[in-house]
Amino acid sequence: MGYSRYDLESPYSQFCYVCSGVGCEQKKSEDLYRNIKNEVRNRGIGASVQVVRTGCFGLCEKGPIVKMLPEETVYIDVKPEDAAELVERHLVKSEIVTRLQLKDTARRPHLEVKNDRGHYQKQVRIVLRNCGKIDPENIDEYIAREGYGALDKALFEMTPEQIIEELKLSGLRGRGGAGWPTWLKWNFGRKAAAAAGTAYVVCNADEGDPGAYMDRSTLEGDPHSVLEAMTIAAYTIGATQGYIYIRAEYPLAIKRLETAMKQARDYGLLGENILESGFSFDIEIRLGAGAFVCGEETALIASIEGERGTPKPRPPFPTDSGVWGMPTVINNAETWANIPVVILRGGKWFARIGTENSKGTKVFALTGKVNNTGLVEVPMGTTLREIIYDVGGGMQEGKAFKAVQTGGPSGGVITAGHLDTPIDFDNLAKLGSMMGSGGMIVLAEDDCIVDVTKFYLEFSVEESCGKCAPCRIGTRKMFNILDRFTKGTARPDDLWNLEVIADATKKASLCGLGQSAPNPILSTLQYFRHEYLAHIDDETCPAGVCKDLMKYSIDAEKCIGCTVCARKCPVACIDGKSKELHVIDQERCIKCGACVAACKFDAVLIA
Amino acid sequence: MRSDYVTDAPLASELLDFIESQRDKKGNLIAILHKAQEVYGYVPWDLAEKLSEELQVPLAKIYGVLTFYHYFKLNKPGKSTISVCMGTACYLQGAPELIDELSRILGIGVGETSADGEFSIESVRCVGCCGLAPVVTVDEDTFGKLSAGQLAEILGRYRAAHAEAEERMVAAGAGSAGATAEVNHG
Repeated sequence: MGYSRYDLESPYSQFCYVCSGVGCEQKKSEDLYRNIKNEVRNRGIGASVQVVRTGCFGLCEKGPIVKMLPEETVYIDVKPEDAAELVERHLVKSEIVTRLQLKDTARRPHLEVKNDRGHYQKQVRIVLRNCGKIDPENIDEYIAREGYGALDKALFEMTPEQIIEELKLSGLRGRGGAGWPTWLKWNFGRKAAAAAGTAYVVCNADEGDPGAYMDRSTLEGDPHSVLEAMTIAAYTIGATQGYIYIRAEYPLAIKRLETAMKQARDYGLLGENILESGFSFDIEIRLGAGAFVCGEETALIASIEGERGTPKPRPPFPTDSGVWGMPTVINNAETWANIPVVILRGGKWFARIGTENSKGTKVFALTGKVNNTGLVEVPMGTTLREIIYDVGGGMQEGKAFKAVQTGGPSGGVITAGHLDTPIDFDNLAKLGSMMGSGGMIVLAEDDCIVDVTKFYLEFSVEESCGKCAPCRIGTRKMFNILDRFTKGTARPDDLWNLEVIADATKKASLCGLGQSAPNPILSTLQYFRHEYLAHIDDETCPAGVCKDLMKYSIDAEKCIGCTVCARKCPVACIDGKSKELHVIDQERCIKCGACVAACKFDAVLIA
Repeated sequence: MRSDYVTDAPLASELLDFIESQRDKKGNLIAILHKAQEVYGYVPWDLAEKLSEELQVPLAKIYGVLTFYHYFKLNKPGKSTISVCMGTACYLQGAPELIDELSRILGIGVGETSADGEFSIESVRCVGCCGLAPVVTVDEDTFGKLSAGQLAEILGRYRAAHAEAEERMVAAGAGSAGATAEVNHG
């Protein structure tokens, strides 16, 4: 069996990991990788130094990242032309190239840091266990880190019932949004498949939530983990065909999956007669085409079948009638990545991590006004405070924290008063938000709650498939009302209208998209009603974001009459002679802010 | 390399071969449309008509699928496509101002192509570089932490690249498709 091909005795004594995640790749990490390889070869040290392309380290802001082992030195912002110096000094002369070294240990999400106090310590990596540690295009490296060990165990040591039992013990819940227990889904699928005679397994990688990219990082950094998990599920429920439904916008992830599938087939880990067990299963990639609603299971199925991705009423659930009307188990990419660990370590081991009803870890895409943006993986039950202040390194530029938005267009906000709530499925729901796919956007004092909510509603308007009226019309109506708030034209009864329509849309929509589209409104109205009211009653935007509510004027004490603002004004609405006070004509002002940017004396006031 | 779509010409062999490889697969329509767009850069109305005939699938169904998914383009894109990320992080860090400035410079809105055929503007969902917000991609290149003031210079660079490609094409006496495709798809 091809499996044993891997040579555990590594001939290398030094390792140079070059990040090839999207963030780094777009900053020429591929050129960097090639240059380093060439330099290593030219210096004749290729026999002892292995140069490896890895998945995302999660420090995209500072990319391209290069990590040297065994010293664990991390280099940041490395350019292709730095390759010669890095190889010569670090690998040949064993010096540290200090000008490229990452020094601040507080800025190391994802990187293992020794003696780390608080920062990396708070992270536990299960889903991202291999990201940044293996070359995702080399199956041997996955196998060397226990890869396909779970499949081996499942096929030869476990019955399907035992696998489902192990999943039940683990308490694993789906990471795609709703948090449905994974074992239950598999069990339903298995029972239905027994009756139907065939079944499908599907990986949902249609990650469309703005601000979330954990599925993409998983597939780019560790594609085999998903293939292995899907194969285990296929064996468990009795499927012979799987689909990975992935966004066409993720070309790198698609390429890595294709490479991984080919390697797995060559090794007898996918395809006919897997590991000579008599069990056969293969996977096909289906490309999405930019429709958020296709993350919804029934819409995703329609899309796999080549149709418009519109949802259908449930029941029947996909586990009874899914792809081509056959039982189908659909899990999200992050959920799949957990499976091999559950099988290998056992459900009990997995269940030790997390809270009572939410086991394991969750990957969050931490973005917005925090210092360390990137992917973080923390045990369920970690508090928001720990994520934002310890892992995330606190607020940018010392800004005041306002709220954190979780669950994207289906979720809501969590305020400072709830920062110490342990995060899990149930607690987030209690606070009026949701886990969703794991986007976590930190808002500061200068972010307008109404404007952010409008952003999410605009998203829902665009992504509503139009099949059912409550969602198609409701989201549009809500957006229009929010638009009036931000333009200063809201009517006194608009707050009431908003609540009524939100409630109706939530209750009457066909699928999860419409049912959850009002959440950003309901949640922000609960915690930030005063900000909505300020937009109507006082006609001001407390955060200073909504331009139409802002008024520009010139401070008589600070203006020296330099005329710069008048010359920069695109609509020539600033009058004033040289060395005299300038005045802005409020009627003609378009509130573009050009004068603010132009004034060297901070004389333009915004109210 | 991208081919120009010509109404009277037969379908590109690359596309026909792909259709042949997919013919017996259930649910192949989206995959075929992806291929068509990969070959031509967009899927115009009469290409949809030809596909309808080739696949024996009603035009209404093909058009229904094409218009449902944002990814499919019905109109010819510019030589370079500028995609402004409108993920949440980019939105908060000023992506709307970038769109305004691009519209001002090019005189077109999102989803449109400039009159000279040089650029089209698109807004895209999260490209997954939130740490670099706000992010704009032009074809395969990514520009992070952008301010509106930098855009004119960036567009200038691509204009120059287009002109250079054009010159090279004329010098080489090649057909009209090759050189632009080079800039487009790298």
